Order: sequence, then C-alpha cells, then structure tokens
Amino acid sequence: MLKMTNIKKVFRTEVVETHALRDFSLHVKEGDFVAVTGPSGSGKTTFLNVAGLLETFDEGDYLLDGQSVKGMSDNQLARMRNEKIGFIFQSFNLLPDLNLFDNVDVPLRYRGFNAKERKERIVQALETVGLGSRMKHLPAQLSGGQQQRVAIARALAGEPRFLLADEPTGNLDSAMAQSVLELLEDINKAGTTIIMVTHDPILAKRAGRNVFVRDGQVTEVTKATELDELVQKTAQVVG
Amino acid sequence: MIAYYFKLALLSLRRNLLLTALMIAAIGLGIGAAMTTITVNYLMSANPIPHKSDQLFYVQVDSWDPNQPYTEPNEPPDQVTWTEATNLTAAKQAKRQSAIATSFAVIEPERAEQKPFIASIRLAYSDFFPMFDVPFLYGSGWQESADQDLRRVVVLSKKMNDEIFGGEDSVGRNLIMAGTSFQVVGVLDNWELKPKFFDVTTGAFDEMEDVYVPFLLKQAMELPSSGNNNCWKPYEEGGFSAYLSSECINYQMWVELDSDAAKADYQSFLHSYVEEQKRLGRFPREQNNRLSDVMQWMENQEVVAEDARMMMYMALMFLVVCLLNTVALLLAKFIGRTPEIALRRAVGASKRTLFLQHIIESAMLGVAGGILGLAIAWLGLQGVSGLYGEDTKGLAELDLTMAALAVVLAIVSTVLAGIYPNWRTCSVAPAGQLKTQ
Repeated sequence: MLKMTNIKKVFRTEVVETHALRDFSLHVKEGDFVAVTGPSGSGKTTFLNVAGLLETFDEGDYLLDGQSVKGMSDNQLARMRNEKIGFIFQSFNLLPDLNLFDNVDVPLRYRGFNAKERKERIVQALETVGLGSRMKHLPAQLSGGQQQRVAIARALAGEPRFLLADEPTGNLDSAMAQSVLELLEDINKAGTTIIMVTHDPILAKRAGRNVFVRDGQVTEVTKATELDELVQKTAQVVG
Repeated sequence: MIAYYFKLALLSLRRNLLLTALMIAAIGLGIGAAMTTITVNYLMSANPIPHKSDQLFYVQVDSWDPNQPYTEPNEPPDQVTWTEATNLTAAKQAKRQSAIATSFAVIEPERAEQKPFIASIRLAYSDFFPMFDVPFLYGSGWQESADQDLRRVVVLSKKMNDEIFGGEDSVGRNLIMAGTSFQVVGVLDNWELKPKFFDVTTGAFDEMEDVYVPFLLKQAMELPSSGNNNCWKPYEEGGFSAYLSSECINYQMWVELDSDAAKADYQSFLHSYVEEQKRLGRFPREQNNRLSDVMQWMENQEVVAEDARMMMYMALMFLVVCLLNTVALLLAKFIGRTPEIALRRAVGASKRTLFLQHIIESAMLGVAGGILGLAIAWLGLQGVSGLYGEDTKGLAELDLTMAALAVVLAIVSTVLAGIYPNWRTCSVAPAGQLKTQ
C-alpha cells in the first residue's frame, strides 16, 4: 500500500550536503498503525514529508496505493495528497481566521465536493472528535487538545487511506496526549492506516508496528524491548 | 470555487486593515494621477468627427517667402491667403468646400434692456454646415446663392439665440450686427467641438463662435480680421482691398473628398492652380501642396500639447512607482501568509489553485484602488478645470469609457503587481513551514 524502496534524499547548500534519507525502504500495509521513532535529525520528519508528497526524493521508488509518485506533476501530487492522505501536525496548523467548520472545510473545497456533501462530512468529522457543538468557534477559543482534535477532524473529513501524524502529541500535556492517542487508535481500528512520527517511546509502543530511524536508515523493531534498547543506545551515543 | 476565493480574499483584506488601506491608497493615487492626465490627453486627441474624418481635408498651398519656408524644414503655411480662399472655393472642384475665418462685430440686441456687445463671428461658405454635420435646433444654413449674393443672413449659436431671443425660434427675425440688419436663417443646437478641429490655428480648445455669416461679407462689410494673421511681404497702401489682395494668410480652407480618386483629382487641381498662379508671378517657392485629413491635421498642428503628453508620461511613471510600492506591500503580506499557503498545499491545493486565489485577492485590491483612483481623478480634473478655466471645459470630464478604463487599468496593474509576490509565496516548500509554525 505504501512502499518505499531505497529512497535517497539529500539536502544541499553551497557548502554542505546532508543525507537525510539513505537507502530508506519501508512497506506499510493497509490498516497498519506504524510508529516511527528515532533521535533528532535522524530523518523521521523527512521520511514523513516524502511519504506525504510534500518533499520529492532523489533516488529510489515510492509506490503509494500502487501508484508510483515519481515524476508526478504538482497538480497530480496535490490531488493525491487531497484524496489519499490526511495530515496531523505537532502545532495543529489551524487557520486562525476560520472557525472550526471552515477549517475542516479546507481540504474538502479542493476536492470539489458540493456544499451538501461538504457539510455532512464536516459535521460528522467534528462529531467524531467530540467537537460537534463548537463548529462556529475559532481555534483560539479552544484548548491545545481540542485544537489537535480539530486538526484530526480536518484530516479525517476527506476519508483518506493514510493518516500521517508528525509528533501529534508533542504540544499537549499527558492527559490531552492520552486522549488524542486514543482517538488515533479508534481511527486506526476503523480501517485508516496511520503513520505516526514520535520520539516518545511510550506512545510508540502503543502502535501496532514500530520502526526506528537512525542516520536516514530504517530498522524494523519487532519487540517492545528492542525499542527500549535502541532508544538507550542512541541516548548513550548522543550523550 | 471562485466564490470561495472571494470569501478568502475578503477575510485576508480584513485581517490587516492598515496594510490593506496602504495598498489601496497606493493604487488609488497612481490610478488617480494617471487617469487625470490620460483623460485630458484622450479627450484632446479624440476624433471629433469619426464618421467622416477621412473625407475632410485641410488644404495647404505654399505661397510663402522664396527665401525661407513657413516652418522648417519645408512646411507650407498653415493658412491660405484671401485670394486662395476665394479662388479655391469658387472653383468647386470638391464635393463640398469652404474657406473659413474668424472676425468679430458689435451686436445690438432688439430688447432695449440688453446692452450691445461684441460677438465672435465665423465666416464660412454655405457648404460649411453640411460638410461638418453642424446640428440645427431651428432652421438651417443659408442657401448657396446667399454666398455670392452677399445676402445678410446669419446662423446663431444656441447660446447667442438664448441671450438675444430668449431661446425662441428666431428664424426669420432680424438682428443688428456691425450696424447692418441680418436675417436669422438658423439656430444651432448644442455644438461644442473639443478640439475645434476646423480651426486649430488660434487654439483648438477655444470656445465656438457666436454667429456664422457668409464668408464674402468680410470683403463687402470690411469685417476685421482676427486669429493668426501672417504676412511674408508688406502690402501696398490701398486699404482693406489691398490687404485682401496681399500674401497675408488668415484663412482656413477645407474640402470634402469622398474617395481616393477624388483626392487625387483635387491634388492634381491644386497643382494646376499653383502653376497658373506662378505664371501670374505668385508662388515663388516649389510646389508644396498638402491635403491632410482631420486626424493628420490634428497631429500636424500638435493639438495634444507636448506638456500635456509629458504630464501623462510622468503620471504613468508615478503609477509605476505606486505599483512597485504595492508589489512590496503585497510581498510582505503574502510572505506573512506562507504557513497558511503551506497548509493549503499540504491538504490538496496545487500551486496553480493558490496562485489563482491570490490573484483574485490582488484583483479585489485593484477594484478598490480603481474606485479610489476614480475619485482622485475626478478631484484632479476639477483641479485642472480650476487652473485652466473655460479652456478645459469638456476636456476635464470623466466619461463612462474613461471610468471603465480606470477600473480596468487598476485591476490589470494590481494583478500584474501581484504576480511576483504570488509566485514567490506559492513556490515556498510547504514541508519546512508546517514544521516550524
């Protein structure tokens, strides 16, 4: 469903080349809940950006839903993002001038749904995240946890095949983080594939599958104890 | 989707009212200044008789000084002598023809309470009225026979008829002018030509004359000359008739020629006429005859004043400066919006979609700037009227075409100004923005 093979991504400036991803290969199946962990600068976010078609890559192959994304035009990539991918960001990225209804409406506008269908989807998405009664509120009138729920509703409204979450609980206290994570688990149980980048091993352990990224390469983790070991080793190296 | 873009544009414009007001003011000022000068130039250079401007020809023949041209490098005089005015008209070689000139005389109104006053006179032949499509409120021009019979007939301007006869149908009534009784044969409807193309030698934007009388009455009544009167050699003593026989130029000559063949024939006639005059000892210079249609004549006489043109260029440069300011303000505004643009790209908007969205926002600024520009242009034109007074009557007015042009110019220029800021912001890589927000 999401298959990356030997992906290479290099960031270049005039003086330095940074290999963010090198021979990065990962196969995510439909319905997976994958947690991606790793130290800062390991390439987690770059992987997520490439997976979400927000960044291009230099080498390798990437099949999303059976389609190779290599060489796609900006329009094709935008359409693919709109139809197949939902994003959740650490800082929510809600538009402050728009109320919750209009925020959730943003991706649906680009999808070309009619007004009736958009309304139905928005109402349903906001009710799913428990904010059905606050549609006319502005983001600033909500707590951080509620804002992240709105962002999840926005990601869900288009019924994407993938949900890509970049540190979705990074800006939340533990209680709110717990509730957001439970929401993501429910969404995954309903059939949506989730790839979540986090550096919190506790959250990562709750995912069905864990991958560990270091120096732009991926290591599959099969047991929870392995993840602890990898985290400790990395901490020692960094320390 | 377009309605959605309009909604977003309105939201965006309301978000920072000061910045929005600054941009609208910059565009409005530029458009206002540009439209003020463009309007004046447009009205100055407009075709005053579009349906037949290519059939009316101003006649020039070179009767000037053998030692120097009338104007360098070798331009023939811009008027003709009395001899040419009367001969060329009498020859009847064109479909219609009329020599014209200006004069003045004292009018003694019928009503005792009205004091005598000096009126401006247009001397013309009977062809003048149909040739220039002169509109009549009452009556008509005089018959052709009145030209040769030296009949004392007069056509009044509407303004003059209002003053002397209270606006009544005065056809058939008499008027004392230059001590002679004239019969009114026609009253003009409103006829304000800007430019007054048939005689631009004394000011293309001067007021129209008060009364019109047969051309040859100048000689019969010894009516004084007015307008530009230029002579290249002194004339002998002998009073008024000697002046009329002299080489002084004070008359304008127009002919109506409705085909290229007719024009060619008339040119050939002019050539023969000048040859004949040469045999009589006149026309010491080489043949240099010209037939200029209305627009060529306007161009030749530089009806659109050079300083007005310069002012327009300067105003257009000012508009460019205003637009550069708008580019900077738009750049600041749009760059401040990169996180939103990044988010929209992430959730499925293509660069093209976002570009269109922001172009609509630019266009809305253009509409607002255009409306403000219209108001400023109106004020500017009032200022022009105040400065130059009656001379600019009819020139300092915004018509529907110019109003529409102002708004279109504002929209187009603002959209153009928005292209670079738009392109910059829509090209920002979304990934970095989403992480750092």
